[in-house]
Amino acid sequence: MLKYILKRILMVIPVLLGVTVIIFLITRVLASDPAPVVLGEHATTEAMAVWRADNGLDDPIWLQYVNFVVNAVQGNLGYSYYTHQPVTAEIAARFPATAELAICAIIVATLLGVSLGVLAAVKKNKLADNVSMLVALIGVSMPIFWSGILLILLFAGILHVLPSSGRVTPLLQPTGGTGFFILDTIMRGNFEALGDVLIHLILPTLALSLYSMAIITRMTRSSMLETLNADYIRTARAKGLSKGSVNIKHALRNAMLPISTVIGLQFGSLLGGALLTETVFAWPGIGKFAVDCVLKSDFPVVQGIVLLVAVIFVIMNLVVDIIYAWLDPRIKYGAKEEG
Amino acid sequence: MAKKLATEPNGVALQGGQPKEKRESIWKDVFAGIVSNKASLISAIFIIVLALIALVTKFFPQVLPYDPYAQNLSESLVGPSAAHWFGTDIQGRDIFCRVLVGTQITLTVGLAAVAISLTVGVILGSIAGYKGGKWDTVIMRIMDMMLAIPSILLAIAIMAALGPGIEKAVIAIGLVSIPEYARIVRSEILSIKENDYVAAARVVGNSNFAIVFRHVLPNTLPSIIVRATLGISTAILDAAALGFLGLGVQPPAAEWGDMLGRGRNELFQAPWLMIFPGLAITLTVLAFNLLGDGVRDGLDPKARKR
Repeated sequence: MLKYILKRILMVIPVLLGVTVIIFLITRVLASDPAPVVLGEHATTEAMAVWRADNGLDDPIWLQYVNFVVNAVQGNLGYSYYTHQPVTAEIAARFPATAELAICAIIVATLLGVSLGVLAAVKKNKLADNVSMLVALIGVSMPIFWSGILLILLFAGILHVLPSSGRVTPLLQPTGGTGFFILDTIMRGNFEALGDVLIHLILPTLALSLYSMAIITRMTRSSMLETLNADYIRTARAKGLSKGSVNIKHALRNAMLPISTVIGLQFGSLLGGALLTETVFAWPGIGKFAVDCVLKSDFPVVQGIVLLVAVIFVIMNLVVDIIYAWLDPRIKYGAKEEG
Repeated sequence: MAKKLATEPNGVALQGGQPKEKRESIWKDVFAGIVSNKASLISAIFIIVLALIALVTKFFPQVLPYDPYAQNLSESLVGPSAAHWFGTDIQGRDIFCRVLVGTQITLTVGLAAVAISLTVGVILGSIAGYKGGKWDTVIMRIMDMMLAIPSILLAIAIMAALGPGIEKAVIAIGLVSIPEYARIVRSEILSIKENDYVAAARVVGNSNFAIVFRHVLPNTLPSIIVRATLGISTAILDAAALGFLGLGVQPPAAEWGDMLGRGRNELFQAPWLMIFPGLAITLTVLAFNLLGDGVRDGLDPKARKR
């Protein structure tokens, strides 16, 4: 098992290096010169030349790449073209906002998705099944930014019960701390601020979780249907166990294996969705920041964010694989084993 | 799916003429699957109607009651009415006409982006699956790297590098979906190439190219067709997202995502700017998803029973 884990961890390194190559090619080879964008169109050619030299953009591309990797390994991802702050600091200031949103969204998506999926499987071909499947179908078909806009329109525009943007009312914003506002407000016992933070979280969480919820619902349903047909379920029923006990204790527990895989993978894809959700809700996280920086050619920041997201995605995959191998003793980790 | 095909070599004789027959029966299955599923059939009709709208508004724009591109500031932000069914935008342009014209870009981008990812994905997947060894390792590791970046982030970065424009959106969206197709084709080929008829084709002296094209790829078609149908809906969603972020078309072109992005500032004042283009995207994506379900029913009858 340990050997398997080590092998999987080692395989992560070339993938991450590859990710840096891809993003480097896009921002340094494919993209046009960032100097006029950063300095403005009226900047003199000399100023632009000086700026390029200062930022190492005159070096051959391979040297730029080597410098980037060498620095990145030492924890230095470069400096923003605009604020001149270290990219790591810029990201660190915004990452907790995204993480908090993504964690809330995956929790909501899991709770709703698994419940709807179990309901659909148990009531197969009945009304509850059809409704759950319809909700799932709409969930995968609605653009994530449109569901966000509709939620804002309904709850902020018409009902006036929830805020349409931001993380917290400015006066209540906790300073210092971890940057995870739920944690920060609880640790300080500031429950007024906690309530405010939670209220701000509701709409973005709902919007972001909808797609993942739909995928989890579908997966839970099909996985449950498969286990519900198994012999041990018939045995459990024959023993006279209650329906609920069979469905939850026996069927769902066995169905959770593929479901947990999907949940793990969805967490990675939530980060992509966060890009759009954060833009709609003016959420000050790395998703909105990434879009802003792409639009103004702040490439060091873009590289840093892509790398961070890829690291999270790869780690999530790794964790899923390891949990899977651990949960299911039938999976072997031998080198000769295929699939 | 692969197993089912592997046990059906009767449809796959060695000599010329056979793949055509096989392909005809695939399309028959697709048709039967769509017709047998009511939601899928309705979706197919809806998509045909969308395609007709796109063609008619492209070649006979005079049928539209208003010019979808002309400003008319005296009619700015008029709500839905008998004259303007979906209302007007801030420049006084009729939203209904713009939504209709928007079908052109949405369908074109959806189909063209899938065509790119399909072609490149099938080629890469075939090489990886059929050649195996180093080819497989190198190609599939590159695919893994691309998959480690959320596709929308990758598409945004490519768009930012290439600059706005609809052709560039097609390229960006097409590129980011390549790995999915490559993976499917590779895994299908891995099981198909073990079949006796492939070995036989090799023995009689066919080139690798001929074997892959005549004996292996036709058998991957069912999976590819299903994936491509569903892939169109993903491509449409991605295109709408790029448009929404202002990276898609250039004004005054009518694209649904772009219309949503531009209407955001008037969200509370003129909600119709948000409702109708969003509804158009959702219904179109829904239709391709349901169509994909029908296609899968037809090609993989086992899936239907679930």
